[in-house]
Amino acid sequence: MGREGEVVAELVPEFERAHPGIHVEVQQLPWSAAHEKLLTAFAGNTTPDLCQLGNTWIPEFVALNALESLDPKVADSPTIEASDYFPGIWATNRVDGKLYGVPWYVDTRLLFYRRDLLAQAGYAAPPRSWAEWTTMLAAIKQRHLRGQYGIVLPANEFEPLVALALQQEDALLRDGGRYGNFQSPGFTRAFEFYVAMFRSGYAPPPAAADLSNIWNEFGRGRFVFYISGPWNIGEFQRRLPAELQQTWMTAPLPGADGPGASIAGGSSLVIFRNSRNASAAWQLIEYLSRPDVQRRFHALTGDLPPRRRAWSEGALADDVHARAFREQLERVKPTPRVPEWERIANEIRLVAEQVVHGDLTLAQGQAQLDARANRILEKRRWLLDRKNGP
Amino acid sequence: MTRLPARMLVNGALLVIAAATLFPLVWMVAVSFMTPGEASTYPPPLVPRDPTLSNYRELFARTGMARYLLNSVLLAVAVTALSLALNVAAGYAFAKLRFKGRERIFRVMLGALVIPSQVALVPLFLLLKELGLVNTYGGVIVPAMASIFGIFLVRQYALAIPDDLLDAARIDGASELRIFRSIVVPALKPIIVTLCVFTLLGTWNDFMWPLIVLSDQHLYTLPVALASLSREHVADSELMMAGSVVTILPVLVVFIALQRYYLQGLMAGSVKA
Amino acid sequence: MKRTTAAWWFVAPALAVIGVFFVLPVLAALIVSFTDFDIYALADIRNLRFIGWRNYVRLLETPLFWHALGNTLYFVAVGVPLSIGASLGAALLLDSPLARAKSFFRTALFAPVVTTLVAVAVIWRYLLSTRYGLINYALGGLGIPPVDWLGDPHWAMPAIILFAVWKSFGYNTVILLAGLQSIPQDLYEAARMDGASTVQQFRHVTLPSLAPILLMVSILTIAGHFQLFAEPYVMTQGGPLQSTVSVLYFMYEEGFKWWNLGSASAVAFVLFLFIFAVTLAQLRLAPRPAVAA
Repeated sequence: MGREGEVVAELVPEFERAHPGIHVEVQQLPWSAAHEKLLTAFAGNTTPDLCQLGNTWIPEFVALNALESLDPKVADSPTIEASDYFPGIWATNRVDGKLYGVPWYVDTRLLFYRRDLLAQAGYAAPPRSWAEWTTMLAAIKQRHLRGQYGIVLPANEFEPLVALALQQEDALLRDGGRYGNFQSPGFTRAFEFYVAMFRSGYAPPPAAADLSNIWNEFGRGRFVFYISGPWNIGEFQRRLPAELQQTWMTAPLPGADGPGASIAGGSSLVIFRNSRNASAAWQLIEYLSRPDVQRRFHALTGDLPPRRRAWSEGALADDVHARAFREQLERVKPTPRVPEWERIANEIRLVAEQVVHGDLTLAQGQAQLDARANRILEKRRWLLDRKNGP
Repeated sequence: MTRLPARMLVNGALLVIAAATLFPLVWMVAVSFMTPGEASTYPPPLVPRDPTLSNYRELFARTGMARYLLNSVLLAVAVTALSLALNVAAGYAFAKLRFKGRERIFRVMLGALVIPSQVALVPLFLLLKELGLVNTYGGVIVPAMASIFGIFLVRQYALAIPDDLLDAARIDGASELRIFRSIVVPALKPIIVTLCVFTLLGTWNDFMWPLIVLSDQHLYTLPVALASLSREHVADSELMMAGSVVTILPVLVVFIALQRYYLQGLMAGSVKA
Repeated sequence: MKRTTAAWWFVAPALAVIGVFFVLPVLAALIVSFTDFDIYALADIRNLRFIGWRNYVRLLETPLFWHALGNTLYFVAVGVPLSIGASLGAALLLDSPLARAKSFFRTALFAPVVTTLVAVAVIWRYLLSTRYGLINYALGGLGIPPVDWLGDPHWAMPAIILFAVWKSFGYNTVILLAGLQSIPQDLYEAARMDGASTVQQFRHVTLPSLAPILLMVSILTIAGHFQLFAEPYVMTQGGPLQSTVSVLYFMYEEGFKWWNLGSASAVAFVLFLFIFAVTLAQLRLAPRPAVAA
C-alpha cells in the first residue's frame, strides 16, 4: 500500500536476479481501501501469496484463519533474529501465542514541528510533558498570527488520540478484549487533553477536506506541531523547498508527566494460508528483512526498520530527524489485539469528531464509545464463551 | 413582448445553462494540461500557463491507466454483445411469440424493475464467490448478460412489427430462427443501436458493482481505478483531471456520434412507459 | 420446431440470467438479513446464527442509520424538485419556437448525464475546494465569503445536491421535451382564443398534458435519488461528521467494509421498502388524468 507499494516494485528485480525461478508480481492498493479489498479478496478466495498488512489488522486475519503461522520459519532462519527487533513491535505480530507476521517497517506517531516558529514563540526545545506542551501552545496562540495554529489534528486520523490514550495505565478494552473501557480515568484524561486542544483554539476545527495538501500548509507555517509518522520524514524532505529543510524537526511524544509512549504501529509481511508458493514467499520476506535491504528500503521510503541492526549503520544512524523515532520505538505499546479493533478505532475517530464539534459532551462521547464497542464486540464475546464452554 | 428581446432572453438563458453545464468539463481538460501544483494556487487559474502532456505521461507510465482503459473497453464490449443477443431475443419473444405464462411473467418482470439492484448485491457476491467468479471479468459480465429494462425496451419496439409479415414467412416454411434473423433483427435495428449505446455507456460508467467484485488492481475498470487513485493522490489535481479526461472522453465521443439513437430511444421508451 | 418451443429458446437464456443473478439473490438477501452473517461466518459457516428480526431492530437502534436515512431524505426532498424544476425549465426553453441551435443545446445539456460519475465527482471535488476552488472564487467575486463546501457539515450535502442536479437534469430535460413536443398545438390555439395569457396557458394546457410524464419522471427520479452512493464515496467518504452518509453508503460500509453482511442485507431491504412505499404513494396521490375538453 501507499508509497511502499511503489518502492517494493523497485526492490523486486534484484531479488529476482538473486533467486532465478521466482517471479514476483506486485499489486498496489491505496491504504483507505486496502482493508476492504483484502477482506473481499479473502471472501472471494483470491488472496495474494504474500502481503503487507498493517499490524493492527493481523488479529482480524488470524480470526479468519487466513494467515500462516511463522514460528517454525523464523526459528530456522539465519536472517531473522527475534531479539534484534524492537520488543513492542515484535509483540504486535503475536496473537494467541503464535507469530503471524514479520515486522517490515515500523510506524509510530510523534511530534513533527517547526523549530523556527517555536523559537519565535520563545522556546528553543520541544516539550517533554503535557504541561510544557500546553504552555508552548498557549504562547503560540498569544502571538495572534493570522491563520497560524499551534497544532493540526485532522479529523480523519484516530492515531493521535489513540496514542495519547495508550500512554495511560488503563487499557482501551477490558476483560480480554470483551468490553470497551472508555470511561476509565486514563482514557478520560487523554480524551480531555485531546479535546482541549480544540477548545482552547490551539487546533483548527477538523475539516479534513482543506488539508489535502498538508505538506504545503506545513511549509507555509499554518501550524507548528503535527503528530505524524515516519513516512513524513521522506515526504517533507521531498516536498518542502530547500530553504525550509532546516526549519523542521521531530521529537518524541510528550506524556502526561514526561516522555510518553506511542502507538506500536507499522506493517508486517504475512503469508496467506492458502498460498501455493509459501516457501518462495518466505524467501522474499527474508530478503526484505536483511538489514542492508532494510536500509535501502528506508532510503527509498523513509520508513523505519523494525530491527536495531538496520539502525546502527548507514544513513539512518546519521539522520537527525530519525533520532526521535529511535528513542520513541523503545517506548511503544500495541493497540488491542482483537479483530474488531479496526472498527472500534473508526468509532473512536467518529465520536471524537462529534465531541470536538460540540454535538456530544465528553462524558456522552465516552459513554457512546463504550456502548458502540460493546456492541461491536458482542460476537467475539459469544465466540469466546462458546469456546470456553458453558 | 416584442420578438427580439424575447428571443435574446430565451437563447441567452439557454447559453447560460449550456455554459454552466459544459464549464466543469472544459475546465477538466484545461487543468489536465497544467503543470503539477498549478491548479492549487490562488487565484485559481482557468487556462494553463504552459500546457504540458506530463500529466498524461505520468498517468500512463506510473499509474497503469492503459490497463484500466483496456479493461473498461473489454468489459463494455463483452457485456454489450452478450446482453444484446439475449435481450433482443427475449424482447421479441415477449412481443410476438406466444408461450405459456407470457403476460404473467412479463408483468412480474415489470414489477421487479422497482427493486433497487443494490438489494441483490450481497448475496450476488456470495453466489459468485461459490461459482469462482469473484475478482474475474466473468464476475462483471455474467450478471449483466440480461436486463429487464433491455427486454422491455425491445418488446415495446417489437410490438410494432406487423404480424402478417411474420405469418407470411411462417407459411412459406421459414423457421423461427430464420424469421428472427432476416425479418425481425433488421426491423429492430434502431432500437438495437439504442440499446447498444445504452449498454456500452452503462457498463463503462458502472461503479459500485465492479468496485465490490474486482479486488485485483489489474482488473480494475476506469471508474474504480479513478476512485482508488483519487484517494491516493488527493493532492495531485492535475493528474486526477487527466485521469478524468481519459475516463470521460470515450463515452462522450460515442454519445455525440450516436446521440440521435440514444436520445430517440430514451424518448420513445419513456413516452410509451 | 413448434412455435412455443422456439419461443422458450428465445426467452430462456435471458430469464435464466435474470432468475439466477437477480431474483435468487434478492430472495437470498431476505434470508441473509435474518442472520448475523459476518466475517467470522465467512471463515467458518458454523459461526452463523439465525437471529430473526434482530438486524432490523438493531438498525432502528443505530443512530448512524437514522442519520443516513435523514441525509438521504434530505437529498431526495431538496434534490428532486430542484432537478425536475431545472429540467422543466430547460425543456420549456428548448421547446420555445424562439430558440436557436436546439440540437447543440440539447447535446450540451445532456453531456453530464453520460459522463462517468466518478470522473466528474473528482472534478467537482476540486471545483468545491475551499481555497483553490473556482466556485468560491466566483462567489468571492460577488462579495460572498468562501464556503467550506466539503468540510462544513451544513454545506456538504447541498454541495452534493448541486452536483447531482448538474449531472442529471439533462436526462429529464430530454424526456420532458419529448412530452412537450407531443402536446397538440390546437390546445394552445383554443386557450389563446379564450384569452389565456402565457402563464395561464402553462397552467391549464401544458401542465395537465404533461401530468402522466411528470409522474413517471418523478417516480424514476425519486427512486434514483434514494440510491445515492457514488457521490459521497468519491467526494466526502460520508463526512464531514457523517453528514453525507446515505443509506446505500451505510450499507456499503456495513457490508463490504466491516463485513456485517446480515446487517447490510437488512439495510438494503429497508431501502427497498422505502422506495416502494414512496412510489406507491406517488401513484395513489397522482391526479387523475384530466379529460381534455
